[in-house]
Amino acid sequence: MTLDKLPLGTSARIVAVDWSLLVPEEAQRLRALGIDEGARVSLAYRGVFAGRDPLAVEIGRMTVALRRVHAAAMAVEPLEPGEAR
Amino acid sequence: MTRGPLIAALVGNPNAGKSALFNALTGARQKIANYPGVTVERKSGRMALPGGEPVELVDLPGSYGLAATSPDEEVTRKVVMGEQAGQARPEVLIVVLDASNLEQHLVFAQEVIELGLPTVVALNMIDLAERDGLVLDPLALEVSLGVPVIPTVAVRRRGLAELGEAIGAVRSNFCSPEHARPHVTLPERRMLAHEMAHGAILSETARHRIHARMDKLLLNPWLGPLVLLALLFVVFQAVFSWATPFQDAIDAGVTALAGAVRATLPPSLPRDLLTEGVIAGVGSVLAFLPQILILFFFILTMEATGYMARAAFLMDRLMAFVGLSGRSFIPLLSSFACAIPGIMATRSIADPKDRLTTILIAPLMTCSARLPVYAVIIAAFIPDTKVGPGIGLQGLVLFGLYVFGIIGAMVVALVLRRSVTKGAASGFIMELPKYQLPTVKDLALGLWQRAWIFLRRAGTIIFSVTVVLWLLLNVPRAAPGQDQVDASIAGHIANGLAVVVEPIGFNRDIALALVPAMAAREVAVSSLATTYAVSSNDEAKTDTALVKQLQSRWSLPTALAFLAWFVFAPQCLSTIAVTRRETNGWKWPGFMLAYLFGLAYIFAGITYWSAVALGL
Repeated sequence: MTLDKLPLGTSARIVAVDWSLLVPEEAQRLRALGIDEGARVSLAYRGVFAGRDPLAVEIGRMTVALRRVHAAAMAVEPLEPGEAR
Repeated sequence: MTRGPLIAALVGNPNAGKSALFNALTGARQKIANYPGVTVERKSGRMALPGGEPVELVDLPGSYGLAATSPDEEVTRKVVMGEQAGQARPEVLIVVLDASNLEQHLVFAQEVIELGLPTVVALNMIDLAERDGLVLDPLALEVSLGVPVIPTVAVRRRGLAELGEAIGAVRSNFCSPEHARPHVTLPERRMLAHEMAHGAILSETARHRIHARMDKLLLNPWLGPLVLLALLFVVFQAVFSWATPFQDAIDAGVTALAGAVRATLPPSLPRDLLTEGVIAGVGSVLAFLPQILILFFFILTMEATGYMARAAFLMDRLMAFVGLSGRSFIPLLSSFACAIPGIMATRSIADPKDRLTTILIAPLMTCSARLPVYAVIIAAFIPDTKVGPGIGLQGLVLFGLYVFGIIGAMVVALVLRRSVTKGAASGFIMELPKYQLPTVKDLALGLWQRAWIFLRRAGTIIFSVTVVLWLLLNVPRAAPGQDQVDASIAGHIANGLAVVVEPIGFNRDIALALVPAMAAREVAVSSLATTYAVSSNDEAKTDTALVKQLQSRWSLPTALAFLAWFVFAPQCLSTIAVTRRETNGWKWPGFMLAYLFGLAYIFAGITYWSAVALGL
């Protein structure tokens, strides 16, 4: 499953990122924000209009807005309820 | 050896509360300038260490790392590396951390500490962390980072004295080699940050959900946009209605001053210059200070509370339709106050094509300098009636003009993104900061800085343009029985220009106002005021408000065409200058000027012809 398909409010771990789908600068920005392989994330909000873009991703105590194209490059694995602190 | 004050710099992630800390440490003793060659704002101020030693404190742009992805971050990198022209390398670095977002902020903090400069860490907004149920151990963090860690609450002035002491202490007891840490990679730093953050957290209770609850409403797919629209509507209504009493007071003061001067001085040309040129001209622009402050109050509040980023989130999809991103929303909203800070704020847009498009459409956002023009025309020609509870027709027309500008900007962006600024669609990646109550002091300081910029403009550009115009209007003197404006140099220029603008319904007085309006758009108002003050020979008539003069001299279609012209009106010289600097050449400012002139002419024409055809 990719991050953009994750149901709202579910915690997940990013298991793989296909960096080739992203512009290098954007990849760098995402990594700087901690959105990288191994990060624990959850999807908090989806955008307004058709396409439900952009997305708001919670990572740690931070909320980051990104587009669906970015999220689609990230494979996630939902965490078990016990694991998801 | 003589030396200047100790130089210290504040570094940290965006949203770490750096600016609030900067304001708390320096108070109102601030200087805002630009770094040479780039348009990144350089904010510096003076503070004193507990021992009385002065410190020059520099507030660096927020950054996620030393590998820069935007011009802002580039300045931060260069300053801390000592490579920034016009800025001596800081001797002490103060890393500002958001106490409730340690795991993220410690990544950049490690990178800064590794530079080996004397460093102090300000563990900022510790009160908010406590509110969120986090209990932190600054000492544990101090041990793992190897530099002093001082808990601070900038907005409540907590920890400021301790921070000052620590700055003095690291500077004198610093031995670099021992502190120099091994260079590590980003994943290693992130792992270390994770460990350090967990080591410093004594206890963590269930997360305070207030932010999440506010976001549930404000980012709600249906309610969020409604709230944003309602908020923007309130802003524009407020700009018009709240300002009125203050404006009336300023107007009355200006009229009284002109009257007093006229009564004391004997009739002479210098006296007229003072009353008709200086007082009438500058005074008519000064009257708009309240409106500009109200607009800036809302923009500053939206930024300080963290709502601005939510607005960008909500707007992203709409902006994506025209090939931009939510990031462009913030520069564009700032452009409602003034296009110059707006264009400068585009530096945070990483994609160059995106950034260029945003710069090119920024002047279509109705800046506060156009507000005086709109306000005076609306007051003169739009009846002050209510169209609903709390909604006045005048406010509605003003709102409509703003919307017209926005739609124009969107269409232009759409066209540009398919032609001159063609390129891959850009992305949108942005941190949504925590909600915060803004402090009165920070807001007041921001407002004062904006007011000062406006007053300085009124005192310099607007003052000199008005005086020059008055001189051109009065030289040579008219023969008895001849109209002074017709006889003057300015009148001759305007008569020539009027040939060009007459097809779109503009009269000679408008042509006369358009030229100096290039210096600053609000000058259009003072120019009209000066022109009508000069052309009325009757002393009593000079005192009648500009509004009355306009009503008696302009037709409604002309007034509407004038409004339409100013929606697209080619921007002021300062905007062109800042565009040249931001785009490194004359190509884009030239393009901007040409397309804006074209649109202004066409839309003023369409408005005039339609209004005449409708028999208005």
